[in-house]
Amino acid sequence: MQFPVLSVIVFTPLVAAVIMLLIPADRKTEVRVTALAAATFALFLSIWVYFNYDVNAGGYQFLERYEWLPPLGISLFLGVDGVSAPLVLLTGIVMFTGVLISWKIDDRPREFFAFLFILASGVFGVFAALDLFMLFFFYEIAVFPMYLLIAIWGWKETREYAAMKLTLYLFVGSMIALVGALAMYFTSGLGTFDMLALESVNFSPEFQRFWFPFVFFGFAVLGGIFPFHNWSPDGHVAAPTAVSMFHAGVLMKVGAFAALRVAIMLLPEGAQAHMWWIILLALVNVVYGAFIAMIQTDFKYVIGFSSVSHMGLVMLGFASLTPQGILGASVQMFSHGVMTALFFAVVGMVYDQAHTREINNLGGFRFAMPMVALAFIVGGLVSMGMPGFSGFVAEFPIFMGLWNSYPWIAIVAAISIVITASYIIRIVGKVFFGAMPAQFAGHIQDVTVLDKVALVLLSGVLILVGVYPSVMVPMVQSGVNYILRLLGGA
Amino acid sequence: MFPGVIELPMILAILPEILLVVLGAVVLLVDLALPAERKTNLGWVTAVGLVLIMVVSLLAGLPGVQPQTLWGGMVRHDWLGFVFKMMFLIAAAITALFAMDLPQAGRRGEFYLLMIASTIGMCVMASASDIILLYLGIETTSIPLYVLAGFLVRDDKSTEAGFKYLLFGALTSTVMLYGFSLLYGFTGLTNLYDLAVRLSEMFFSGQMTVSLTGALLLVLVGFGFKISVVPFHFWAPDVYEGAPTPISGFLSTASKAAGFAVLLRVMLVAFPAMSAQWGAILASLSVATMTLGNLLALTQRNIKRLLAYSSIAHAGYALIGLVSLGGGLGVTSVIAYLIAYLITNLAAFGVVSAVGRVTGSDEIASYAGLSRRSPGLALAMLVAFLSLAGMPPLGGFVVKVFVFASAINANLIWLAVIGAINSIIGLYYYLTVLKVVYLYRSDDDDKPLPVTRSYALGLGILVLGVILIGTVFVPWFNWATTAASAMF
Repeated sequence: MQFPVLSVIVFTPLVAAVIMLLIPADRKTEVRVTALAAATFALFLSIWVYFNYDVNAGGYQFLERYEWLPPLGISLFLGVDGVSAPLVLLTGIVMFTGVLISWKIDDRPREFFAFLFILASGVFGVFAALDLFMLFFFYEIAVFPMYLLIAIWGWKETREYAAMKLTLYLFVGSMIALVGALAMYFTSGLGTFDMLALESVNFSPEFQRFWFPFVFFGFAVLGGIFPFHNWSPDGHVAAPTAVSMFHAGVLMKVGAFAALRVAIMLLPEGAQAHMWWIILLALVNVVYGAFIAMIQTDFKYVIGFSSVSHMGLVMLGFASLTPQGILGASVQMFSHGVMTALFFAVVGMVYDQAHTREINNLGGFRFAMPMVALAFIVGGLVSMGMPGFSGFVAEFPIFMGLWNSYPWIAIVAAISIVITASYIIRIVGKVFFGAMPAQFAGHIQDVTVLDKVALVLLSGVLILVGVYPSVMVPMVQSGVNYILRLLGGA
Repeated sequence: MFPGVIELPMILAILPEILLVVLGAVVLLVDLALPAERKTNLGWVTAVGLVLIMVVSLLAGLPGVQPQTLWGGMVRHDWLGFVFKMMFLIAAAITALFAMDLPQAGRRGEFYLLMIASTIGMCVMASASDIILLYLGIETTSIPLYVLAGFLVRDDKSTEAGFKYLLFGALTSTVMLYGFSLLYGFTGLTNLYDLAVRLSEMFFSGQMTVSLTGALLLVLVGFGFKISVVPFHFWAPDVYEGAPTPISGFLSTASKAAGFAVLLRVMLVAFPAMSAQWGAILASLSVATMTLGNLLALTQRNIKRLLAYSSIAHAGYALIGLVSLGGGLGVTSVIAYLIAYLITNLAAFGVVSAVGRVTGSDEIASYAGLSRRSPGLALAMLVAFLSLAGMPPLGGFVVKVFVFASAINANLIWLAVIGAINSIIGLYYYLTVLKVVYLYRSDDDDKPLPVTRSYALGLGILVLGVILIGTVFVPWFNWATTAASAMF
C-alpha cells in the first residue's frame, strides 16, 4: 500500500494541536517551534502531492478509504483531483506563512496555534474529502475555530460582533446545505455518502432544480456570494493577521470549492437551470465589491472588499459553466488565495508598526519597510490581472468563458479591473509612497526575517504561476475536464 | 404466570438492580465506619462500585439476541433496557465523583444512597414491560431525586427546588397514573406487550378512539414531565438552579434519559396503532420544546438556568428522532442522541460544579477569565458547549446529523429545517458563554482556580468520551441500532 499522504496531511495539524495543548502554557517558544515544525511538514507533503499528481492520468488520485460507519455508508474517503490538489498546496502555503507571521503573538499562543491548526485540519479535510459526510464534518471543523480566533485575538473594536456574525452566517449556510445533502443521500437510495457514487446517480431534474439552490447557497455563503457576503469584510478586518490570511485566503475557497464539488458536480442539471440568475449575483459581487473597496479608508477593509470582488470572479467562472470559465475560476481560487494572504500579511505588518489603518494617515512606508512595499505591489499587480502574474492566468480565461456565454456580463464585469487598479494604486501611492507623516518618522522598524521569508514565498508563488502557467494550468485543466463530463460536456 | 422458581436468567436480567442494592448497603456501612474527616471517600466508593457494577453487567448480564420477558411478564431483558442502564450507571458514577468535593453534600452517606436508589428506579424504568412496575420505577426514581434536589437545607434555593420538583412531580405522576388506570380499565391488562395487541384491536375496530386518545394524552403528561418538554418544563430551570450542581447534571441527563426510555418503549410497543396521533402530538411538542427552550436560553444570566433551557431544547431535538419513524433510522437516532447528550451535558454541569465550588457563583459573568485561571476547565467547557452546539469532531455533531437525517428520511423535511434553525440559535448562546470564558477578563485573572482530582478525572473521561463519540461512531452506533431493534 502506498504512503497515506492525504490523511497524514489532514491529521498533521490536528495532532500538532493536541501536542501543543499538552505543552505547559508558559513554554511559548516550544509551542511556536512545534507549530512551525508541523506547518513545514504539512507544506512539504502538500508540495509532494502537487508535484506527484499524474496530470496525464487525471481524475482522483492518492485515494485512501477507511470505513467509518458502514451501516450508513460513511467512510473516510480521501483523494485529490486537478482542482483540489492546488488548493491543498494553497492551504499548506498559507498555514506555513501564517505561522511565521504569528510568531510574535504573545497572548496565549498555545491556544492560538491549536485553534488555528484545528481549522487547518478542517480545510485540508474539505479539499481532500470524497465522502459527503466527511466533507461536512471537516467543513464544520474549519468554521468554528474562527469564532474563537477572531473573538479572542482579533481587533478589539469589532471582534465580538464580527466573530458572532461570521459564525452565525456560516452555520446557517452549512445547516441549509446539510439538509440538501441529506436529501441527496436518501433520494439516491445507494445508502452511501461516497461522492464518486453519488456523481453517477441521475437525480431527477425536479429534484435537482429544487435542491440545487439550497446546497449551492449553503456553501456559497462561505464563498462570500452576494447578498450573503456581509460577514466577510467584517470578519477579515476583525481577525488577527494570520487568521485573516486563512480566512480570505483559504476559507472562502472552501466555500466556493464545496459549492462546486457538491452542488455543481452532484446536481449538474440543477446548476444549468439556476446559473442564469446566480451569475447576476456573482456579477454584483465583482462590481459592487470593487466599488465598495474603492471608497474605503481603512486599509484592511479595502482588502476585505477586494476579496468579495475577487471571489465574485470565481463564482462568475463557475456560473458560466464553460470550460474556460471553470478553469479560470479554479486557478483564481489558488491565485487569489495566495494573493490575499499576501495582502493581509502586509496590512498586518503595517498596522503592527503604525497602529492605524487609516489610509490617509499613512505614508512613505517604502522607506521603512521596502520589502513589504515590494510584496504589496506584486500582490497588487496580481489583483489587477497583469500579464506575468498569476491573476492574469486566472482572470483571462474567466472573461473568455463569460464572453462565450454571456458577453454583456463579461463587459460589465471587466469594469472591476479598472476599479481594482484604482484602489490598488491609491494604496500604493498613499501608504507606501509619498512622505511619511511626522509621528511615524523614526518609529517604524522593518519587519523580521520570518516575515520576510513569508513575503518572499507568497510573492514568489504568484510570479511563478504567472510566468510559467504550465506549472498549474494543465493540472487544473485535467480536473475541469472531469467536471465538464459531469455537466454533459457543455 | 409466575412459576415460583427463580432461575439464573431472571437474576441476570436484574443484575444491575441487585448489585445496586448491594452497593447501597455497602455505602451505608462504609459511612458508619469512616471517620468524619475522611467521608469524602464515600464518593470514590460509590463511583468505583458503580463502575464495577457496569463491568460485571457487561461481562455477565448481556441480553441475548432474543429479548426475554421474565418475572411473570414484568421485566424485559433486552438491549434497549441494557443500553439505557449502562447510561444511568455512567451518569451516576460521574455524579458521585463531582459531588464528593461539595462541602454540604459530599460527606453525607445518605446523599450517595439516595442517588443509588434513584439509579435503581431508572434501571427498573428502562426494563419494565408492565405499567405497574413502570410506575413503581418512575416513583423510585423521582422520590430520591426530590430529596436530592433539596439536599442543601441551609440554602433557600435548594429547598425551593426540592419542593417545586416534588409538587410538579407528584401532580404529573398522578395524572399519568390516572392514564394508566384508564388503560387498565379499558383492557383489563397491564403488560405493555399484551396491551399493544388489545389496543390496536380496539383502535382499528373504532371502539373508544376518543377515550384511548385521552388516556394516551394523560400518560404523555407524566412522560413529558420527566423529559421536560414544553409545556411541562416549568420546573426545570428553577430546580436545576437550586439543586446541588452535580444533581442538576444527573437530573438533566440520567433522569431525562430514563424518561425517554419509557417514552420509547410505551409509545412504540403499546401504542403503535396510534402512532399517527402521538406522532402529531410529539412532533408539535418537539417544535415547541426546541424553540421555546432555545429562545428562553438566550436571555439567561445564570449558567445553570441556561443549561436547563438548553437541556429542554435538547429534549426537543431527541423527539425529532422519535416521531421520524418512517425509514427505520428514527429510534436509533434517538438513542444515539441520548448517549452523546448524556456524556456532553454531564461534562457541562461538571465544569459548572467545579467552578461554582470555588467561586461560589453560577452567574455567567463570573466565568470571565476562566481560560486564564484554569485552561483545563476552560477547554473542557469548550468541548462540552461546542458538542451541545453540534460541532464536529464532537459527539453532538454526529448525532444531530443522525436525528435530522432520520427526519428527512421520514419525509419530515420541515421538522429537520426547524431543528436546524434551532441549532443556530443554540450556537449563539453557547458561543456567548464561551466568549466570556475565553475573552473577558476579571480581577481574579491571576488566581489559579484549583481543580480537585475527582473533577479532573471525571471531566477527563467525559471530554475524551465526547471526542470519541464524535470520531469513532461504529461501536455505539451499533449499540443504538441493536437497542432500537430489540424493542419488539
